Amino acid sequence: MPYFEEMKVGQRRELGSFTFTADRIKKFAMQFDPQRFHLDEEEGRNSLFGGLAASGWHVGSACMKLLVADGQRGAAEAVARGEKPAVWGPSPGFRDLRWLKPVLAGDTISYASEVESLRASSSRPEWGIMQARTTGTNQRGELVFSFLASGFVPRRSPAA
Amino acid sequence: MPLTFEDFPVGHFGTFGPRHVTREEIIAFASEFDPQPMHLDEEAAKRTMLRGLSGSGWHLCSIMMRMMFDGYIGNTASLGSPGVDEVRWLSPLRPGDDITLDVDVTEARVSRSRPETGMVTFAMRVRNAANVTLLEATSPIIVKRRDPAMAARS
Repeated sequence: MPYFEEMKVGQRRELGSFTFTADRIKKFAMQFDPQRFHLDEEEGRNSLFGGLAASGWHVGSACMKLLVADGQRGAAEAVARGEKPAVWGPSPGFRDLRWLKPVLAGDTISYASEVESLRASSSRPEWGIMQARTTGTNQRGELVFSFLASGFVPRRSPAA
Repeated sequence: MPLTFEDFPVGHFGTFGPRHVTREEIIAFASEFDPQPMHLDEEAAKRTMLRGLSGSGWHLCSIMMRMMFDGYIGNTASLGSPGVDEVRWLSPLRPGDDITLDVDVTEARVSRSRPETGMVTFAMRVRNAANVTLLEATSPIIVKRRDPAMAARS
């Protein structure tokens, strides 16, 4: 992962993709979101979703999985270059999350993230705060998921 | 009878839980969806901003979803949610926490494009046993309205 100083508004990263099989959809739903359209094909077909649909929290959690994997790849690349990788901090939250279209069994969602804003943390001089528009697109090129993520990013040199 | 739009007037809706969260489930969720040191390993977690093992924010959201399901969504004529306006992760979820969910309805309006449904917006707060707020969120769901013919007879 980059340090705060190396980030620029507009930078975009492709995060990889995740396939929502019927088994994965049902397993997540049984644990966290057992609404009928997330558990049963027939119920899904009869719902507004038109098929067995992944829980929205599953769509978000799969995005987190790819964000972490992307960060770990970036850290490994930094180490290979002989640099000390930046270790990102936690996220204070997110805004404007939209489940734009259903994610149905068999769909493969490709996620990407684009830096939207960067600011210094007023209370923690060794950290910056970034916001990134993070999106998911299905195999037909339709935008299905979008949210404005935020996170603490370490600074190379603390703000004065 | 499932709950319909009419059952969600603006105001306090309910308090749900407590729900006990174990270290094992925190690590299981993190291993699958959020394998960062602060969610996986006690020693590594001590060196992070969160100063100790904590649950993934997405795990806390998912547990909140389950508490909503068990509390009312499972018995609501819900057609799903278009999204979440805001989630704020305010304090870490810790192993062994017993969490409680407070739910308020902040807005309820009939859909113009699908008048047989309405949009109900909820403000949620998840707190631990010490009454520390872990999460605040605002999110709408789409709910069926009571069948007008049925309502006239009741």
